[in-house]
Formats: sequence, C-alpha cells, structure tokens
Amino acid sequence: MNAAVLPRPARIAGQWRQSWERLCRHRPALVALALLGLVVLLALLVPLVSPYDYATPNWDELYQPPGGGHLLGTDGLGRDLLVRVMWGCRISLLVGIAASLVSVLIGVLWGATAGYAGGTTDSLMMRIVDILYSVPFIPLVIVLTVLFGRSFLLVFVAIGAVSWLDIARIVRGQTLSLKNREFIEAARALGLSNTTMIVRHIVPNLLGVVIIYATLTVPTVILFEAFLSFLGLGVHAPLASLGTLISDGANHMKSHPYLLTIPAVFLTLIVCSFSYLGDGLRDALDPREQR
Amino acid sequence: MLKFLGRRLVVAIPTMLVIATLAFGLLHATPGGPFDTAKRMPPEIQRSIEAKYHLDEPLWRQYLRYLNDLAHGDLGPSFQYRNTSVNELIRAGLPVDAVVGSLALLTAMLVGGLTGIVAALRRNGFWDHVPMFFAALGISIPVFVTGPLLILVFAVQLHWLPSGDWRGGEVRYLLLPVIALALPYTAYIARMVRGAAIEVFTSPFIRTARAKGLPTRTVVLRHALRPVLMPLVSFLGPAFASVLTGSIIIESVFGLPGIGRYFLTGAINRDYTLVVGITVLYGALIIAFNLLADLCYAWLDPRVRLQS
Repeated sequence: MNAAVLPRPARIAGQWRQSWERLCRHRPALVALALLGLVVLLALLVPLVSPYDYATPNWDELYQPPGGGHLLGTDGLGRDLLVRVMWGCRISLLVGIAASLVSVLIGVLWGATAGYAGGTTDSLMMRIVDILYSVPFIPLVIVLTVLFGRSFLLVFVAIGAVSWLDIARIVRGQTLSLKNREFIEAARALGLSNTTMIVRHIVPNLLGVVIIYATLTVPTVILFEAFLSFLGLGVHAPLASLGTLISDGANHMKSHPYLLTIPAVFLTLIVCSFSYLGDGLRDALDPREQR
Repeated sequence: MLKFLGRRLVVAIPTMLVIATLAFGLLHATPGGPFDTAKRMPPEIQRSIEAKYHLDEPLWRQYLRYLNDLAHGDLGPSFQYRNTSVNELIRAGLPVDAVVGSLALLTAMLVGGLTGIVAALRRNGFWDHVPMFFAALGISIPVFVTGPLLILVFAVQLHWLPSGDWRGGEVRYLLLPVIALALPYTAYIARMVRGAAIEVFTSPFIRTARAKGLPTRTVVLRHALRPVLMPLVSFLGPAFASVLTGSIIIESVFGLPGIGRYFLTGAINRDYTLVVGITVLYGALIIAFNLLADLCYAWLDPRVRLQS
C-alpha cells in the first residue's frame, strides 16, 4: 500500500500503529501487559464464579492451608483467601487507575494552561507547583484520612489530587516546546482553526507523554493505597485491599506465612507489571527514543 | 553565592508558611477535639484544660500564637503526652531515625552505586539484566512486605536476629530495620546510577580517556565517577529529609521509638500540635536538604552557576 496516497487521518493512525509495533518488540512490557490482563480477568471473574464470598466467616474452616477445597487456603475467620485476594486486587486496581485519572486530568489541564498562557500566569502557576512540591504529602494524606474518616472515595481523590505535580510539569514543558515547533507554525500558516490544531497536532503529541506518566503513576498510587491500608487507614472491613490483607498476614505470619506471602506476591506482580509496561511505553511512544 | 542563599531563603519562608497553615487548618477543621473522650469530663475541668492550651480562643488567635511560637523554634506542648513539649518528643525520637536512616542510606549508596556502575559497564549482559530485574522488584515490593518477610526468615525461622525493639541501638537490633529501609533506596539508586553511567560512558571525554589507553578502572574512578554520582546528590537531599523524620512503616514493623510512630499516634488521637510540629519539621528539613544538595551540586560541578 502506498502511504503517500492515504488521506491525513490515516497518517495519524499510522503513527500509533508504529508505536504499537515498537511496544510489541519490547518483550518485558508485553509479558507485563499479559500478566496484568490475567490479573484483571481473575479479579473480575473469580469472585463471580467462586462459591465463597469475601465477608462471611466460616468457623469450621479456620486457617485451612493452601490446596484442598480452598485453593489459596482460608484466613483466621475461615474466609476463602483466593476470593479475598481477588477483591483486594479489584480495589487496588480501581484505586490506582481512578486516582491516576484524577491526577492526569488535573495535571494536563494545569500544565497545558500554564504552557499556553506563558508569561506571568505561567510563572505564577508553576510557582504554586514548586511550593506544593515541598509540602510533605504523606503526612498530609494521613491527616486527611484520619480527619474525614476512612472513606474509600476520599483515599483516591486525596492521592490523585496530590500526585498531579509531575504530570503538570511535564505537560507544561511539552506544550511550551510544541508551541514554537515548525509544524505548528506551518499548521497555523495553513489557516487551521485552533480546535483542529489542538486535536490534530497538540493532543497526539502530548498524549504519548501523558500515557507514559499515567502508567507510571498507577503503581505509585497502588503502593500508596496499600501503605495507607497497612496503617489501618484504608478501606473498611470486611472489605480488604491488598494492603489490608498484607497487614493481617503480617500479624499471623509466625504460624501461617501464606497469609502474608500470597497477597504480597499479587501486589508485587501488579506494581512490577505496571512499571515494566511504563518502561515499554516510554520506548514505544517517545519519539526521541527511536532506535 | 550569598545572593543565591538569600533568594532561596526568601522562597523558603512562604513555603513554610503554606505548610504550617495547611497542617494547622486541616487539623482544626475536624470535628472532635483532643479532649473529647468517651467519658465526659465535668464542664469546669474541660474549660480549664481548654484554657490552659488556649483552645477557648478564637481560631485566628490560636493561629497567630502558633506562628509566633514557631518563629521562635517552639512547637508547643503535646496534647496527648501531658507535660511534654513537642520539641522534647522530637528530640527523643530523632536520634533513632538519624541512626537507622543514615546507615540505610549509606548502605544504599554503596551497594546501589556499585551495582549501577557494574550494570552500565556490562550493559545488556548478565550483570546488567539480573541486578536490574532485582532493582525493579526492589522498587515494587513495599517496605511493609520486606520488613515482615525479613523478620519471618531471620528472626522467626533462623533465630539469628531479634524481630524488633530498639535497646539503645545495639547492632543486632539495628540490622533488620536498616536492611529493610535500605532495600528500596538501593534499588532506586542502582537504576539511577546505571542510567547516568550509560550516558557518561558514551560521552566524548570518556572516549578520549579510553583512546589514550587508560585502563577501565582508571577511566571509571578518575573520570567517570564524579559526573555519574551527580544525580545522586539531588536525590539524597529529600531522601535524607524523609528518613530523618522517620519511616512510619519501619518503626511500626520493628517497634522502634522514632518520630514516625509519634506522628501516627498523634494523627489518630488528634494531637494537633504534635502532628503539625512534625509536618513543619519535615517541610523545613526538605527545604534545608534541597538547599544543601544544590550547594553540593555546585561544588562538585564547576559548570553549575548558582542562579535562580
């Protein structure tokens, strides 16, 4: 097929296809993607299929070891660990992705506004980001969760609201450098409307960076949620995130180590996969990184 | 130089103000004061306690009083630990965190730095892929997993080391917390140093050094080491500030009496002054260590001029 005859939209699709092909050559990222897909699938399906639920105690089956009727054993209240871990994965993934979306949204808007506006507005907005950078956020989020109760919604809004700073900086830098690029000037000279220019030229160029950083924000957020849950500031019992399960497991590890290791393995798997996927996406989407 | 310091301090003051105001405002925005216990106190005792801590004054007076004390380096009395000031609590906890934190960062720098440089020298070889895989793991496995696992293996099963407690910083009691705290920093430093080293090793001045026939060891130690370690400096600033104010997880897993534990119990018990005090201390340390890192940076790299 001759690329030169194709209409313009296909050219943009081609750019994404190239990125996809680059991603496919990055083997660790592909393995990570497959593992993540598997975990998501299991997390969605297992609680639906399993005869056990995450909340009901079963006093006849306390501390069943892995294998047998319960594939991953049961906890101190006789609840099926597999179902509980899968619920934990659901919560961790949901918190991670939702909070990352919040932070990406704020970050892109803030950064792009600063970058477009330039001048005093820009320096004022970036000054605020600088100040927020030196605010100790871990203590602040702990205080927030203590103050407003352990609300599930609050945990991820709080995390999302404080993790947008990096993205804002990066998006601003990108917007600044894009604004003065030749192809933007050419587009402007051709008389494209602002909307077309943003949709056709600015957004595709920002999107790569945003996707990379969104992917890298997810594991940080998941770890942070797990950290809060470990301290007992996360979701309410009987619901459990991976952090809560690890915290429970750590209390019983002397007699029943699998209660600690199994949720820990799933947490590590998710976080590690997201980081490798982020690395792969960086190679695939960053146009300067072409090898 | 002096001008640079001055300008940085001018920015630091509003930043501190923002931190103090945020922390103060958040804590006072909550329902429930520090003396709301399940058992009801007689109203006159309640009133006299509130008067003692100035809780009966309007909020803006409390805020101004707090800022004034802060300017004099006084973080106020703790609400929870009667007759103890926040300064005293911090003074009690800080040495624990300083010992554990600096040992952990030192270990991380040595092990991580060495691993990173070796990985860069053996790029895409066995000694690159395997350590970097473990580095990726080290970043992904949180301390609250590695801490209990270390206890499980070395204390519960092998009985080599105690599982926790402080005992005035005896070496046997230090080992596990230091290792647990060092692991993520080691992994991070290894990745960072590897990246920096690859960039330096491919730059022209290293090619020149090699071209004139210097052995690899001399090239690395004499020429490459300094630029490779540069990014570490700006990383270590905030890292040091954060280990000094205590790793909450490390302290609760290993039962260490550091600042992080005071912070957590303070936040749960609404010990206003304690929580605000530690938050402000953390902010101040971050600002101070960032400044220190910038100065070190300029000292190490003569091309950097201290501006903006």
